[in-house]
Amino acid sequence: MAQKPAVGCARPTGGVVGKPDATKEQQPQQSTTEVRKMIQVGKPAPDFVAPAYYKGEFTSVKLSDYLGKWVILCFYPGDFTFV
Amino acid sequence: MSVDSIFVHKMWDDNEISKMVKGGVPFHMLSDGGGKVGAAYSVYDEDAGVENRGRFIIDPEGIIRGYEVLTPPVGRYVAETVRQIQAFQLVRKSKGTEATPSGWKPGKMTLKPGPDLVGKVWKVWKPHQESD
Repeated sequence: MAQKPAVGCARPTGGVVGKPDATKEQQPQQSTTEVRKMIQVGKPAPDFVAPAYYKGEFTSVKLSDYLGKWVILCFYPGDFTFV
Repeated sequence: MSVDSIFVHKMWDDNEISKMVKGGVPFHMLSDGGGKVGAAYSVYDEDAGVENRGRFIIDPEGIIRGYEVLTPPVGRYVAETVRQIQAFQLVRKSKGTEATPSGWKPGKMTLKPGPDLVGKVWKVWKPHQESD
């Protein structure tokens, strides 16, 4: 039977169910340490390009195009997530 | 930036945000499907498949000056972000000769770190000034 998901401030997601794939588990886990090291105050912000919606138009944004300006970069769990 | 598509961003802006903010969202709403950018900033939650509430202040040289990351149910305080940027801008303008004590806001005193100030902060700054 389908259950009603709790309505919270994180975007509801699903995933695979059942026993974990044994073959996958044996593979060495990729470390994300290298990536995480990049985030440190006083150190460069990782550059990126991302699709964007801006005042009725679809465009894209490259962080390094904003060199020379102060930038606030905000992440959030999802559109329509209340907070 | 979130993992939503730019099409969903448009719907959210059209149907909800524009009813709270005149003219809708005044800045770019970025899409990070797959969370790759969020992962590079350590805010992507792989288990949930979404990004936490991360906020980064990046200076004109592209250097991260500060960040704050919250789990989803608690919202940010925008005025504090603005205050921090004002403080970083002051420090930058002073070429690092001034520092902003706890609770600093524009107009309040700054500190000028140097040999004379070592061990003497108590003379020029009192804890009650934090919330004055």
